[in-house]
Amino acid sequence: MDEPRSGPSAGPPQAGPHPLGGSLGVPAGRGAHISAANLPYKLPPPLFSARCKACWFFAALLLLVVASFWTLNLQWAQFLSLDAVRSMGRFLGEFFPPDLSPAFLQRVLVGTWETLAMSALGTLLAAIAGVLLALPASRLHQGASARWRGATRLLLNALRSIPELVWAGLLLIAAGLGPFAGTLALAAHTTGVLGRLFAEAVENAPPGPGAALRAQGVGTTRVFLYASLPQVLPQLLSYTLYRWENSIRAAAVLGVVGAGGLGQLLAFHMGLFHMGKTATILGAMLILVALVDAASYGARRWLTR
Amino acid sequence: MNSVVLATPALRDPAWTRRVFWAGAGLVLLWPLVVATEFRPWALFEARNLEVTAKFLATFLPPAHGGEFLAMVARESWRTVAIATAGMTLALVLAVPLALLSARALSISALAGRMARGPFWVRQLLRWLLIVLRSVPELVWALVFVRVVGLGPTAGVLAIALTYGGMLGKVYGDILDSGEAQASQALLRNGSSRLQAFLFGLLPQNAAELTSYTVYRWECAIRSSVVLGFVGAGGLGQELDNSMKMFNGGEVLTMLLVFVVLVAFADRVSAGLRKALG
Repeated sequence: MDEPRSGPSAGPPQAGPHPLGGSLGVPAGRGAHISAANLPYKLPPPLFSARCKACWFFAALLLLVVASFWTLNLQWAQFLSLDAVRSMGRFLGEFFPPDLSPAFLQRVLVGTWETLAMSALGTLLAAIAGVLLALPASRLHQGASARWRGATRLLLNALRSIPELVWAGLLLIAAGLGPFAGTLALAAHTTGVLGRLFAEAVENAPPGPGAALRAQGVGTTRVFLYASLPQVLPQLLSYTLYRWENSIRAAAVLGVVGAGGLGQLLAFHMGLFHMGKTATILGAMLILVALVDAASYGARRWLTR
Repeated sequence: MNSVVLATPALRDPAWTRRVFWAGAGLVLLWPLVVATEFRPWALFEARNLEVTAKFLATFLPPAHGGEFLAMVARESWRTVAIATAGMTLALVLAVPLALLSARALSISALAGRMARGPFWVRQLLRWLLIVLRSVPELVWALVFVRVVGLGPTAGVLAIALTYGGMLGKVYGDILDSGEAQASQALLRNGSSRLQAFLFGLLPQNAAELTSYTVYRWECAIRSSVVLGFVGAGGLGQELDNSMKMFNGGEVLTMLLVFVVLVAFADRVSAGLRKALG
């Protein structure tokens, strides 16, 4: 690495053309007249040096990616073989024509309604539970003891970090197959998310009105109801609507483990290889998700206008 | 009379009729939802259900901690991370070209004002493709691929690759379009190629945002690769599903704890990286 930099200045005058001369713009054949201590160019920094944090990061990243592909022994050969392509084609071909008979469409509609109802009720329960848990999880005013803050936040984190589908699997045992378990699962996960967001909103609310009421000797509950809650209510509503949007998406697939809604229909008909019906259900899911996306995009545009 | 009222103001809520009315209306609207979801909380407390639940919960303690089991959990946790990482890598392979092709900031015909019709429709079609890829939930992709390639991690990797490819492609395109366009436009106007305009104009400007979104999505991919295991795509989720079906509470508890720690770890790594990126 160092050799070209030290070569011309340290060594005896060279008679022949400088080995790098051509590319450096130094006229060939005049190497003998170079007298500068360093050549008037700067080498690019070395690709790797022990002090470069980004280099280590990229090396680790590369290692992670290579190790991932290495240890998973993915069946590319099987997936990319002519046989697999043919079976994929046949599989997709079976989707057509989708089953559009009125009787089945009505069942899909019922499933869609069930999905929507699950997500709405689950989010509503989560909003209520979230507010109830956000109170102990937040320091309501300066100097409040907030004894339960740590413990409640731990509970909220645990609720939040277990996905809806895992909750559904667990709750099926207590609540039985059907949309009720799905509703509870959505509520459990969303409570964790909303509780934390609500606690943050309550803690960040301006303290003035609450302090004024407390100075008059008003109790904690009424301070919350008449000072903190009105201040944070718009924020709570927008968080709740945002989570409802996520819940609809989750509710659509929750049924795959048997927790009601479109997912349950999907798992049932796919299990029986009713491909036409599966295609209809997939279409209904896509339309539902697209409608929710469009509605939320429109609402956001309208609110921020 | 008047002065008495002033001295002791009414203690009741002046808006109570409105509050009661809206609460009642809300309950009426709630009823169809309760019917549709078969919402029967008392079913949880029926003697038979309660017995099953209590039995299942009783097996939770102590959490399973046999050497062989823990080794299996460690292996499956690694597989979960590996599925997420491999899926994200393939998603990037899908997303980067699509994002470059669909970014309006790299259009040469748009320099003159309006984009020409051909390039406009190409970009619009690619955007729609990305939206379709993104809006099929990864669990559905996994169900489909489990049918084609069989049980195992391949289905999970492909499912994450397609869904996250759509998400990343769409968001990358949006990020590239929303930045300052002057640098890349100057390059394009002076005759550089689109790839050069991207590499020297758009990329340096948006690199931090692009990377931080990618890291965030990697974290999400770890979470969803656990879920994909429930339909047979390998990893921690599949083992969790098996243990749940066998009513083996101790194993379920251990795996849930490992999962929470895994997610918290990914969360911490991702937050740290994003903070370092600024």
